[in-house]
Amino acid sequence: MFEILKRQEMADGTVVLNEISAPLIAKNAKPGQFVILKANETGERIPLTMADTDPKKGTVTIIYQVVGKSTALFKSLNVGERYQDVIGPLGKPTHVEKLGTVVCVGGGTGVAVMHPITRALKEAGNRVIAIIGARTKDLLILEDKMKAASHELHVCTDDGSYGHHGFVTDVLKEALNKEDVKLVVGIGPVPMMKFVSKMTAEYKVKTLVSLNAVMVDGTGMCGCCRVSVGGKTQFACVDGPEFDGHMVDFDELSQRLQSYKEEEARAFASYLKMCKAGQ
Amino acid sequence: MAEKELKKEKIGRQPMPEQKPEIRRRNFDEVPLGYTPELAMKEAERCLQCKKPSCMEGCPVSVEIPAFIQLVKQGEFTKAARKIWERNALPAVCGRVCPQEAQCEGQCIVGKKDQPVAIGNLERFVADYERANGKGELPPKAAPTGKRVAVVGSGPSGLTVAGDLILKGHDVTIFEAFHKPGGVLVYGIPEFRLPKEIVYSEVHFLERLGAKLQCNTVVGKTVSMEELFRQGFDAVYVGVGAGLPSFLNIPGENLIGIYSANEYLTRSNLMKAYLFPEYDTPIAIGKDVVVLGAGNVAMDAARTAMRLGADRVRIVYRRSKDEMPARAAEIHHAGEEGIEFFLLTAPTRFIGDEKGRVRGMECLKMELGEPDSSGRRRPVPIEGSKFQMDCDLAVIAVGAGANPLLTGSTPELKLNKRGYIIAEPATGKTAMKGVWAGGDIVTGQATVILAMGAGRMASDSIHQYLTWGW
Repeated sequence: MFEILKRQEMADGTVVLNEISAPLIAKNAKPGQFVILKANETGERIPLTMADTDPKKGTVTIIYQVVGKSTALFKSLNVGERYQDVIGPLGKPTHVEKLGTVVCVGGGTGVAVMHPITRALKEAGNRVIAIIGARTKDLLILEDKMKAASHELHVCTDDGSYGHHGFVTDVLKEALNKEDVKLVVGIGPVPMMKFVSKMTAEYKVKTLVSLNAVMVDGTGMCGCCRVSVGGKTQFACVDGPEFDGHMVDFDELSQRLQSYKEEEARAFASYLKMCKAGQ
Repeated sequence: MAEKELKKEKIGRQPMPEQKPEIRRRNFDEVPLGYTPELAMKEAERCLQCKKPSCMEGCPVSVEIPAFIQLVKQGEFTKAARKIWERNALPAVCGRVCPQEAQCEGQCIVGKKDQPVAIGNLERFVADYERANGKGELPPKAAPTGKRVAVVGSGPSGLTVAGDLILKGHDVTIFEAFHKPGGVLVYGIPEFRLPKEIVYSEVHFLERLGAKLQCNTVVGKTVSMEELFRQGFDAVYVGVGAGLPSFLNIPGENLIGIYSANEYLTRSNLMKAYLFPEYDTPIAIGKDVVVLGAGNVAMDAARTAMRLGADRVRIVYRRSKDEMPARAAEIHHAGEEGIEFFLLTAPTRFIGDEKGRVRGMECLKMELGEPDSSGRRRPVPIEGSKFQMDCDLAVIAVGAGANPLLTGSTPELKLNKRGYIIAEPATGKTAMKGVWAGGDIVTGQATVILAMGAGRMASDSIHQYLTWGW
C-alpha cells in the first residue's frame, strides 16, 4: 500500500505532485479533507490536504512545496517507492451548496487545495470566479486545471512576471465591487488568508479559509492544531480544517506555526548535509 | 517441620532491582530492572497457595495467580507463562503498569501481616523470561468458527478481546488509527515505564496466533461501522479509548510551549521525539517546566520533561498531596528523580512574551473546603493570594474525554451526556446490534487493567453471540 504511482515536479522543482495508491482513503474522501503522511520509520507525521482523489484507480493526489526535511524526504521518493503511512480522509469536508456567484482565491500551494473545492462548487451549479497567485510566474501551479474548474480565472504574480501585477486581494476587491458574491473561499499562506478575510469582512461576504496548523495525530487526540475561532479553542484536525475566516485569530496561528522554527532548521540542515555526503 | 516453617516466614518480599534515581532521571531506559530467576523463585515461595485465593478476585481478568506462582516456584517458567496466557494476553504489560496495590496484591492474605506477594513483579518476570528464552510455543487454539470480528482500537481492551476471541477460533481483525498498535501503551506510557518493544512483541504474539492488524485505519473516517458489517464482520468491539485532551480553558492557553499531556507524550513516546534529530518529530525542551495535574499521566509527563533535560520540573496541583490521584509508587519515583510538588495552587492565566511563547503563569493559592461529588475536598481559592510563577514549558494533564470521531459518525450508538458509549456493564453490549464497547470509551479515563477486564467480559459475551446468536 501507499505506493507512488505518479510523480511530477512543478514550479521549478520547488513543488512536487505525488499520486499515491490508497484505495480506502480514495473511496471515502471529499473535497477539503486531508491526509497525514509519514515517509519512513524515523519520519514525522505531516498533514496535507488532498489535491485530488480517484476512487476508481484507488489513488489520492497530494501537492506539496519543499520547505524542510520531511518535504525534502517526500521529494526524494520515486515512482514505485512507498510512503510508510498514509492516514485519512481526515477533517470535515467542505460544505458545498448552490449559492450563486462564488470566488475561490488560492495562493502558492494553496491552489492545489483550492482545486477540488473549486471544481465541486462549479459542479454544484455555482458561477465560480477563481483567482490564483504566486510570487513569480515560474512558481504558479495548476493554471490549466483551475481554468477548467472555474468560469473565470484571474492570475496574479507579486512581481508582475505574469498576469496581474500584484496580490490576489486586488482582483478580489474588483470582483466584490462588481458582482453579487455569495461566498469567498481563500486558501494559501496565512497572511493571504488574513487579508482576504479582512477585505470580505468589509463587504460582509461569508468567507471560508483552510487552516494549515501544526499537527501530530490529526484525529483530535492531542490539540497541537488548536486555533482560536470566535474566541473559542477549536482543533483544526477535527473541527476544521475549514473555518469562518472572519472568526479566526490569524496572528495566533502565525505564531504557533513558528513553534518549531529552530528545530525545523536544524533537521533540514543535517538532512542536506547527509544528502551531500551520500552523493 | 517447625524449623522449615520458621524459615519460610523469614523470607521478606524481594525488592525489584532498579536504576538509581540520579542516573535514570536523564535516560529513557526502563527504571525497574526485573527479577533474576533466583529472585523470582524466592519470591514465589512466599505465596501460601490459598485454596480460595482472594488475589484472583482482585484481578479484573481473573488470572489463576496461585497456579502460575506455583510453577514459578518450581522453575517452570514457560508453563507459568502459558498459565497466565489462559486469561491474559498482555502479561509483560500488566506486570508493569497495573496498580497491583489496588488489585491482586491488595487482596493478598500475606499482605495482612507482611508485605503482599509481589504478583506483578512475578507476572512481569515470567513474561520477560518467556520472551527472552522461550521457544515461541503457542497456546492451543479452538477450531475455526468461520465468524469474523472487527476490533476497533488496539489499546489494552481491544488487544484483550482480540487475544481471547482468536483463541476461541474466531477470525479477528484489529483496526488502529495510528501507525503503530498499542493505544495508550505506546503513545501514553513512557519508554522508561514500559518499553515499546515489549508492547510490539505482545501484539506480535497475537498476530502469530492469527489476529490480523490493520494500522492507519480511522474507523468513522477511513471506513465506517456500517461498511465493516458490509465487509462481512459478524461482530464489532469498540475500544477506542478516551483520547480527547481536556484543557484548563484559561487565557493564554494557546501560547507556544503549552502542551496537552497527550501531545507531549505522543511526541516523545510514539514519535520518539526524545531521539530528535535522529527521529524527525521535534519536541520543545523546557528548562523550567510545570505540569498541571497530579494523576499518573502528570507523573509521566514530569518525568519525561526531566529526562529531556529540564533544570526544574514542578507538578502544580490545586489540591494537596493526599488527594493526588497518581499511584503512590509513581509519586515516589517522580520525587526520587527530583520532581518538585507545588500543591494547593491553581493557574488562572498563562503569560507570554512578544513571540507568543509561554513565560509564566498567574496562580492563586488554594485551601481545601468541603468534600465534592468525587468525595475529595474541594479546593477553594484564598482571597488576595494571587502570585506569578515562571515557566518556559507547561504540560496540561488534567484528564481526557471521549473522542467523537467514531461515535459522531455512528448515530446508532447511544451515548451518555459526556459522550461516552452506553454499554451493559456485565457484557459490554451497546444499543447497536452486533456492537460491543469497553474500556475508557465507556467508563471514561481509567486504568489499563480495568480496560482489559471490560474487554474480557465483552469477549465472553461476543463469543456467546457468535456461538448461540445472543
